[in-house]
Amino acid sequence: MESSLRGRAHKYGKNVDTDVIIPGKYCNITDQTELGKHALEGLDPEFVARMKPGDIIVADTNFGCGSSREVAPIAIKGSGTSAVIAKSFARIFYRNALNIGLPIFESAEAVDGIESGDEIELEPASGVVRNVTRGTEYRAAEFPPFMRSLIDAGGLVPYVEERLANQS
Amino acid sequence: MGMTLTEKILARHAGVASLEPGQIINAKVDLVLANELSAAVAISVMRGMKGAKQVFDPSRIALVADHFVPAKDAQSAKLAKVMKEFAVEQKIEHFFDVGRGGIEHVVLPEEGLVAPGELIVGGDSHTCTYGAFGAFATGMGSTDIAAAFVLGEVWLKVPASIKLVYSGTPGPMVYAKDIMLRTVGELGIDGATYRAIEYHGTTVDELSITGRITMANMAIEAGAKNGIFHADAKTIAYVKERTERPFIVEKADADAVYERVISIDISALEPQVACPHTPDNVHPISEVTREDLPVDQVFIGSCTNGYIDDLRIVAQMLDGRKIAPSLRVIVNPGSQKVWMQAAQEGILTTLAAAGCAVNTPGCGACFGGHMGTLGDNERAISTTNRNYVGRMGSPKAEIYLASPATCAASALTGRITDPRTIAEIDIPVRTSSHVSLLTGAYTE
Repeated sequence: MESSLRGRAHKYGKNVDTDVIIPGKYCNITDQTELGKHALEGLDPEFVARMKPGDIIVADTNFGCGSSREVAPIAIKGSGTSAVIAKSFARIFYRNALNIGLPIFESAEAVDGIESGDEIELEPASGVVRNVTRGTEYRAAEFPPFMRSLIDAGGLVPYVEERLANQS
Repeated sequence: MGMTLTEKILARHAGVASLEPGQIINAKVDLVLANELSAAVAISVMRGMKGAKQVFDPSRIALVADHFVPAKDAQSAKLAKVMKEFAVEQKIEHFFDVGRGGIEHVVLPEEGLVAPGELIVGGDSHTCTYGAFGAFATGMGSTDIAAAFVLGEVWLKVPASIKLVYSGTPGPMVYAKDIMLRTVGELGIDGATYRAIEYHGTTVDELSITGRITMANMAIEAGAKNGIFHADAKTIAYVKERTERPFIVEKADADAVYERVISIDISALEPQVACPHTPDNVHPISEVTREDLPVDQVFIGSCTNGYIDDLRIVAQMLDGRKIAPSLRVIVNPGSQKVWMQAAQEGILTTLAAAGCAVNTPGCGACFGGHMGTLGDNERAISTTNRNYVGRMGSPKAEIYLASPATCAASALTGRITDPRTIAEIDIPVRTSSHVSLLTGAYTE
């Protein structure tokens, strides 16, 4: 994981669901870049045209609710978005984001302290969220130890590979 | 300290005597499910895993082609092909191609692949449906499913449980769907996030298996990890008719600890409708019909309400009648078996004669995939489970969620209609389907 991420904030409300993150009709696409062209299309059709690589999605509670489609975090990653900061995440989206390596940060204070267009700097390792525009700093909720160890191992796939190696 | 039903099942599958909410466990799975969309990604992840040559047990994986089948386009055909080739290569016992299966969550219980006390994970959020049978079942993404394919285990955070206690007898035209919509309305779409829902009470004891399926299916609409019923004589009879596999019926301890206990009296409950654009925007039908809401499409089907009981209700209401000229009705029996049963009972003919388009089983219309996609500024009333912006097609369309009875009533009148009023409404029995869209008048 990169040591720090930087980009402008695009702020949305609560309950951003997977149907607006990547509409069902695109769910037969498997290419990350192609999926990225439709990220948030149901919520903000101009998002992909407006955003620049590295930009950050900021949202209220329950981000990613709805379906289990792993293409939802993949589409966000494919659009060039570097991370998502939300007050809370829906359960399956949270797992999927960790599994595919989309950095996520949970912090109600940070979300309240960020407006669209603010320049944000993030440190995934420490969970620090810095609002460069406003000169404020927040710390996202720490990952539980097991999830931290998964992230540090490089995700679920290396974890499974290690388990398989120990089995044989 | 006592354990909830969910904790009991998780403890046994993790090989521990007791556990508590928040704890991370490694649990053995009894069955791993994927459809052609989640499977295609999971298979590609598995192919990239060092040392992952075969699935942990070819008899404990179910692969069902249901989302974009019959293939919508070449890309969809490719995903189904990837899954089929994998099924052949890995000797997967439970592979259901189009024509031999249907919607995954309708198919698995029918085939005896779900039993009380089991732990099931699936690459689809409505995997929680199997809680209807007293199983712990939850949806996951493709990478987690790939891991489960090869390890036969998953990591889980033990959820705290919310106990819902229902009392009262449903009034006329009030069904499990209405009870569950009300429940999601009360909890909110993140009201049970990271939680297990445990359904209790005399109302659900009396419910049919299909009714429990409808309720467990929509646990995810409140954000829940799983929704679970205790298996009873009805459940055991259903399962034993379909499998000889032994299973363990678990029961919550009397001193189990629940995060919340909520009592819900449904005696006075009216038919319920989830209005646009979230499944928790739920209102009683009498409130919704204060506004005249003409409908462009009625959809009957899905893993929530695509069962034979649902089709019987709709057929009863449409029998000898014609749907309103201003709309279209699309019906997807949930599985090939439901389709055949409906054919034998004359239901498909009744529906077709009323003017409904009867499709082959599948998920297409429900998630805006194909075979019933909504256009701009169209309004639908549907027996499905989600009504988010763009869920069934255009982001400019409106989706109302309701029971099969409310949807059938609306199909007859052309607008969102209280099914309890249908006997009083004079619906002309029409003999011709030639209709002028401009005037709504029929020509013989």
